Amino acid sequence: MKFLQNFGEYILFLKAVFTKPEKLKIFRQQIITESYNIGNSSYGIIALISTFIGAVSTIQIGYQFEGSLLPDYLIGRIVRDSNILEFAPTITALVLGGKVGSSIASEIGTMKVTEQIDALEIMGINAASHTSFAKIIGGVITIPMLVLYAMILSLVGGAVSGWLSGIISVEGFVKGLRTGFVGYNVVFAMTKAYTFSFIITSISAFQGFRTVGGALEVGESSTNAVVYSCIGIIFFDFILSQLMLF
Amino acid sequence: MIIVENVNKTFGNKHVLKDFSAKFYKGKCNFIIGASGGGKSVLMKCMVGLITPETGSITFDDRDFLKLNYKEKINVRKDIGMLFQNTALFDSLSVEENVAFPLRMFTTFTEEEISDRVNFCLSRVNLINLNKFAPSNISGGQKKRVGIARAIALNPKYLFCDEPNSGLDPLTSRLIDELIKDITIEYQITTIINTHDMKSLFVMGDNIVFIHQGNKWWEGEKEGIRSSENNELLAFMEASEF
Ligand SMILES: Nc1ncnc2c1ncn2[C@@H]1O[C@H](COP(=O)(O)OP(=O)(O)OP(=O)(O)O)[C@@H](O)[C@H]1O
Ligand SMILES: [Mg+2]
Repeated sequence: MKFLQNFGEYILFLKAVFTKPEKLKIFRQQIITESYNIGNSSYGIIALISTFIGAVSTIQIGYQFEGSLLPDYLIGRIVRDSNILEFAPTITALVLGGKVGSSIASEIGTMKVTEQIDALEIMGINAASHTSFAKIIGGVITIPMLVLYAMILSLVGGAVSGWLSGIISVEGFVKGLRTGFVGYNVVFAMTKAYTFSFIITSISAFQGFRTVGGALEVGESSTNAVVYSCIGIIFFDFILSQLMLF
Repeated sequence: MIIVENVNKTFGNKHVLKDFSAKFYKGKCNFIIGASGGGKSVLMKCMVGLITPETGSITFDDRDFLKLNYKEKINVRKDIGMLFQNTALFDSLSVEENVAFPLRMFTTFTEEEISDRVNFCLSRVNLINLNKFAPSNISGGQKKRVGIARAIALNPKYLFCDEPNSGLDPLTSRLIDELIKDITIEYQITTIINTHDMKSLFVMGDNIVFIHQGNKWWEGEKEGIRSSENNELLAFMEASEF
């Protein structure tokens, strides 16, 4: 019951957000700023995480191949598919759900409790749209780019760790990468990335916007934003996998 | 002129505004006074449309606010300036960008015109050389003044000030009072001030509304206060005497 009510409020919030901005020039500027902020604050951590996830997946798959009769280069193929299909989009989204989600929720939540949202409303500005629209668009532009970048780095990380640990040569790994490549997998991964980025930014903006109270509640909203974003990501990961892979 | 008629507002089972009616005049400093928790802020929020009352009407010079559609409401709001109790400055923007904000949103001014208007408003509130500062790096009194500058940027017809000088030293309080009084007269604004500060009431009050537990308990000019026979009002005045 509570869930349905919240979901209804979320839909009404989105309806308020997706209205024509007051001034397109300002809106464009906001989108550029938001995209830049998300990308600039996250590319480092995403690089670190995806490279290591790629590296670890090579080692773990190599470990499972040990003593088997399967050809080595298949390691490259499995690393590629698991990183493109699952690790790069989903882990990137979960990390950004924490990082971007909490920052969006606390920024908007603080504006709410310090009456900045009221100040916007009194000026005759649609505050939901003014505070959230550009953030959502910025996220939907930038987060999929970060996912793509995570995919590439995870494969690089996989190749390097295979080579350093002596599990598989770089040539072997690359051969694996090139066998049985299915372009559709990338389409699937990017569909996930777009879905997740919308989930993260819209849920977090909503959580921030409905904050009532003071600093304590801003903290709560920010935690909720992360929790609900992550639940949304996992849930849609499952749904999209069901829908698109079988 | 703003006319509030028969406004009722309840929160849960708490009846905050009880059939409240009052008039607020153009070119005058209209004061709302009363004990803490009496409903002053709720009344003000009803008037600017942040809270919708259950019954009643609020009329801005013939525009019955609660009956307007969304677009028409926005047009009324463009005529409203508000100074919030805690200023509500946009903390992601500098002082000058805060004042420029309504201009950027609602006018077709060029950068140069915006900058002129911003500097004019800031000098009007005696703030110079703080243009590039962030709101977090200026003092409370300076924030209030930026809040006023932002509120008057679009030449409002109605100016709402929620406790404009709470938390300020007496000298700065008087400066802010004078400032509000001057712009009210100069631009013939309908100004509504919600305060506990009896000193500012006696310095600049033109029309006074006394709220007691959500009721309008007394209304009149400041000269009438001392001669009134309203016990709650007299007790309220007496408590602030020193
Ligand atoms: N959003 C709300 N939900 C429930 N009750 C509220 C809400 N806003 C105000 N109230 C109640 O309405 C009453 C009047 O509050 P209001 O803020 O108008 O007082 P006030 O006269 O402005 O007091 P002060 O001088 O201390 O600012 C209080 O009892 C308060 O608890
Ligand atoms: Mg109050």
